[in-house]
Amino acid sequence: MLFKIVKRSEISKEKSICIRILAVLLALITSGIFILLLDLNPLEVYWAMVQGAFGSKYRIEQTIIKAIPLIITSLGIAVAFKMKFWNIGGEGQIIMGAFAASFFALRFPDLPRPLLLSLMIIAAVVAGGLWALIPAFFKAQFDTNETIVTLMLNYIALKWITYLQYGPWRDPAAQGFPKIPNFSENAILPDLLGVHIGWVIALALVFIMYIFMNHSKLGFEIAVLGESENTARYAGVNIKKTILLALAISGGLCGLTGMIEVSAVCNTLSVEVTGGVGFTAIVTTWLGALSAPIILVVSFLFAALIQAGSFIQTAFGIPAAAAQILEGMILFFVLGSEFFVRYKLTKNGGFSLNLKKEVS
Amino acid sequence: MGLTISFLAAAIVAGTPLLFATLGEIITERAGNLNLGVEGMMLMGAVMGFQVGMDTGNPFLSVLAAMMAGALGAGIFAILTVSFRTNQVVTGLALTTFGTGFSGFWGKQLVGQSIPQNLKTFFKPFPIPGLSDIPFIGPVFFNHDWLVYLGYITAIFLGIYLYRTRRGLNLRAVGENPAAADAASVNINLYKYLHILLGGALCGLGGAYLSLVYVPSWQENITAGRGWIAVALVIFAAWNPYKALLGSYLFGGLDIIGFRIQGTGFPISQYFIDMLPYAVTILVLVVVSLKKSRAYAPPKALGIPYFREER
Repeated sequence: MLFKIVKRSEISKEKSICIRILAVLLALITSGIFILLLDLNPLEVYWAMVQGAFGSKYRIEQTIIKAIPLIITSLGIAVAFKMKFWNIGGEGQIIMGAFAASFFALRFPDLPRPLLLSLMIIAAVVAGGLWALIPAFFKAQFDTNETIVTLMLNYIALKWITYLQYGPWRDPAAQGFPKIPNFSENAILPDLLGVHIGWVIALALVFIMYIFMNHSKLGFEIAVLGESENTARYAGVNIKKTILLALAISGGLCGLTGMIEVSAVCNTLSVEVTGGVGFTAIVTTWLGALSAPIILVVSFLFAALIQAGSFIQTAFGIPAAAAQILEGMILFFVLGSEFFVRYKLTKNGGFSLNLKKEVS
Repeated sequence: MGLTISFLAAAIVAGTPLLFATLGEIITERAGNLNLGVEGMMLMGAVMGFQVGMDTGNPFLSVLAAMMAGALGAGIFAILTVSFRTNQVVTGLALTTFGTGFSGFWGKQLVGQSIPQNLKTFFKPFPIPGLSDIPFIGPVFFNHDWLVYLGYITAIFLGIYLYRTRRGLNLRAVGENPAAADAASVNINLYKYLHILLGGALCGLGGAYLSLVYVPSWQENITAGRGWIAVALVIFAAWNPYKALLGSYLFGGLDIIGFRIQGTGFPISQYFIDMLPYAVTILVLVVVSLKKSRAYAPPKALGIPYFREER
């Protein structure tokens, strides 16, 4: 072997951030080669993407609107991931939250606005939390693989909404078009500074979740449980209770996302309510190192990427799926780069030299 | 009787993409690597197989292209998880994101297109002389296209490989206790790379079965979650290729039961029947996790990167 892999003892924060930025750059270069193969100029495309995400007041607002669900969902997923509970059921939890909020919006359209909105929020958080409690219960009770269960529940939730949209909740006034009626004015979140008030909720939640994860007993217990179940048990953590509580919070936040999306963005419930946020949020959560402030930044950048993706679709005719490829690429490179955060390569120049290096 | 036979035969066809993907994931996990990118690799295989099928009209080339596309996805996973020791769960999820984007991107201009007629003819059912004349068993098992037969052969071949050969024993050792296998001078990384790649190729083949034979035209997200059901089926099959046959065909049956029930005019919404495969998957996982027997234990080193220096 030419190189020898040595574990790093300590790495400065600046250096680890540098490595990650380098990884994103490499991902952009690799994707650029891909764009070249499509007979397009990558620099032009990237510049158009920047324009598409930030080029005008309207586009910036669109980027923020796309960032809101990503931030809130990522914060929720981070709680589960911190516990090494792989909740990939964000989609389903968003859908069930959206469903519960829509139930109140459609059933009581004439309630006073503050009351109706509060009811919708509570219902959405409860529904999302309950949906996440199903895999949590099986995990806590029987150690059932949560990855698959959360994922299967996504599909079941989606079929449930499809059933409502094509069946009992179908708008009779839509002339045969399968859609659910629009909400009344009272069920729609108000705007603040040009964007719906969800951005205030998202920012507040970043702060709250930061405090919760770093300075609360439950947050600490979740982190310990994620590190090692045995350590948690020795430390006297009630493991089953922690799993259930953490997932109720995780799913509750995803449910809240569902409420915000149906109320402020779609003004109705439909099978497209999530827009894949539940999956994209997994990426942003991981890239955000499960930390609320970094999640805020990463989610915003990814929202820009998505907004830019839909822009280049119209400007260059590049399918929006290209943005998804870029997402995957960035994730691959950042994941790979973590290796260089944890280890360093040294030239294998003989035994004595290695020994010296390891000692020093 | 005739209805039962046609239902069972259709269940086997519907279960074939699941079978390839499940077998692929079984040998990947036997090497100690949990690849949650099955859905992504299936989609990559489905779109590449379809594209080459459209371009060349050659069934062998299209199947080969699909397998190579699946192996390409698996190759990314292997480099990251084996050489760079990344978290396998997150890497697998990233691969699914990438594969979904890849197929959505590539398949954009293929949507709605059908495969050429000569491919359709090639993938027509081909009754095996002799075997297909056996009453009941013949029409259920031996009156299919050749990829279904390839599914039987692959499962049996992998079963023999795992349980009856030296290499299979080494592979199981890599998944159970890599340090011991390393001490017995088994090349751990080589075993991991080869089996992850082979697993990806099988997932790609499963995807191609959907786009070339089962559907057979291109539609976005053609796998519709089958990759994830395959991951669950690995647990159901207890990492055993023979049991994968049973599980895949059972779920193939669940996949098509909706159409059949609707045909009988039974008063239940199609959307509830569509939930069945997913609900049953959850049920199966819960039941399997209730049985804490050794037979249902995953390979011991599953999900843990191996690093000789950190032993």
